[in-house]
Amino acid sequence: MRVVIAEDLALLRDGLTRILDAYGFKVVEAVADGPSVLPALTRHRPDVAVLDVRLPPTFTDEGLQAALAARTQLPGLPILVLSQHVEQLYARELLADRGGGVGYLLKDRVSNVGQFIDAVRRVADGGMVMDPEVVSQLLARNTGAQRLGDLTAREREVLGLMAEGRSNAAIAGRLFVTEKAVSKHINNIFSKLGMPPSDDDNRRVLAVLAYLNG
Amino acid sequence: MDSSVRAVVRQQIRPGALAAVQGLAVALLSLTTNAVLFALSVVSLALIPVFGIGFALFPAVTVLVRLSLRLQRRLSRWCGLPIATPYRPVPADAQLGTWKRFRWVVGDSATWRDFAWLIPGAFTGGACLFGFVLVAYGLEGVLFVPLVLYLNVDWYGYGLFWPMDNILKALLSAPQGWLILFGGLAVAPWLVWLHFRFAGFFLTPTRAQELALRVRHLAATRADTIDTQAAELRRIERDLHDGAQARLVALRMSIGLAEQLLADDPAAAQRLLTEAQEASGHALAELRHLVRGIYPPVLAERGLDGAVQALALAVPLPVDVDVRLPGSPPAAVESAAYFAVAEALTNVTKHSGAARAWIRLRHHDGSLTMVVGDDGHGGATPDAGTGLAGVRRRLAAFDGTMSVTSPPGGPTVVTMELPCELSSRRTSPSSGTG
Repeated sequence: MRVVIAEDLALLRDGLTRILDAYGFKVVEAVADGPSVLPALTRHRPDVAVLDVRLPPTFTDEGLQAALAARTQLPGLPILVLSQHVEQLYARELLADRGGGVGYLLKDRVSNVGQFIDAVRRVADGGMVMDPEVVSQLLARNTGAQRLGDLTAREREVLGLMAEGRSNAAIAGRLFVTEKAVSKHINNIFSKLGMPPSDDDNRRVLAVLAYLNG
Repeated sequence: MDSSVRAVVRQQIRPGALAAVQGLAVALLSLTTNAVLFALSVVSLALIPVFGIGFALFPAVTVLVRLSLRLQRRLSRWCGLPIATPYRPVPADAQLGTWKRFRWVVGDSATWRDFAWLIPGAFTGGACLFGFVLVAYGLEGVLFVPLVLYLNVDWYGYGLFWPMDNILKALLSAPQGWLILFGGLAVAPWLVWLHFRFAGFFLTPTRAQELALRVRHLAATRADTIDTQAAELRRIERDLHDGAQARLVALRMSIGLAEQLLADDPAAAQRLLTEAQEASGHALAELRHLVRGIYPPVLAERGLDGAVQALALAVPLPVDVDVRLPGSPPAAVESAAYFAVAEALTNVTKHSGAARAWIRLRHHDGSLTMVVGDDGHGGATPDAGTGLAGVRRRLAAFDGTMSVTSPPGGPTVVTMELPCELSSRRTSPSSGTG
């Protein structure tokens, strides 16, 4: 799989390249500032892009802006955004086009290499990966909401893991229950939230997040 | 028809009537207290040679004078002529009856300007009574004279006609009453205005006093700012030292130990490395938290507008955000504004019991206004607790102000103002392409 990386710190850029290389990705270009992101993406059309939020020259949210611009120019381009801190505001902007293949993770998560690679793969496959911190903020924000209040504690747990972008199998493994039980919980959640069940996992998670986002 | 009557009442009659009542209050205050205070002042000044008595008495009388004038100053706000307070602050160690207190009172030129105002002020204040009397007499003509006629009392008179012994005079009394009434309503506001305008000549701080007050205010807020900054630096130092730094030390130890164990006990080494990774995660989380406390990254990235929206999203209740700023304030002001709004929001989530909140940001006449409101149970005071008081101090460093209205039962509205100029708008998120 071909990857474009944007990260201004040389140390991290090399580290990311090395990790991705080690897991069979091919880093076709690694850029170090905001203005080079979009040309690199249009030139290579990679299978996935890994972008830092903060990039030179302004050191504000150039990476995020580049990601948003890339999504409008190359619809559906899978993008994983890494950040030193997470903001719901940014998560919402990234999810706005609902094109699939979006990730938003704290940079810390990179240190857990297995999880990070898994996240890159899932984004490349058109899935959605949200940092657990964003998800917990969203859940905390909505605990008072009427319809979410109907969920049992277990169902809420399942919803949180779904919002992080985990598969049914992963959720089952995490909660030590069968996959069947998980899909039952998920069906319950959707009926309680008034959403018709669907086959498309990603769509469902996006719908949940959209709901959580109000 | 109905609406025009209401307009006349609103524009002519109500302010006149209000001024008449205010005039009565001003006259009563000026006539009763000014003369007494003048007499007391003169007596206490005369007693200065009598050692001990005058020295203690004059500052005491001054306290009374200032109390009375504080009332006048408060009344002056009614007619839109606010008179600021010019006095120097009391030296901290000056007890009533001490030489220091006496020196402070005598040395303040405002004391003598107050003294000079007492007698002329009694005259202009007393003149305010005229408006009230006219209105009252006019009302008598309008309301009471018909009653007198009805009762057929022939020894009574009104205005020019005294006694009122024929029907023509009686009929002419009503227009007289109306004339006097409206004359009074027209004159009363002017009398009160003139009184306070005149008072302003004596009681407003002079240019020098104003500057002295301003210097004092700046010195106080500067000291506050320095204290706050120092406390903040100490807190950051402590958090770094006890938090992230300690965690990194532990981390190094774990890694060092793991290195040694690698050959003999790979399982233990692995466990240690897992621990080390967790510890590094905690250290990072702490650093992130700390950075957010110093200068929130989202503020750097998105300016006040975006940062306030991000704040609203992080609060566990729905918040309506309405920000209309044509530019961005200087970074320091922006940061103060951000933390002020954040603190007000924290108060909402912690204490208000509100179901909804709203934030409004505007810039008007060189001042940034931030309003945070909620539909909670009210009862918030800026004096209790450290949150809102801290906000007030933080804003005072920039000459900003904060006011809270929070009646029991709610709603609570916190209004904060920061004088500042806006610079041209940053690139907005939608127009930037990175």
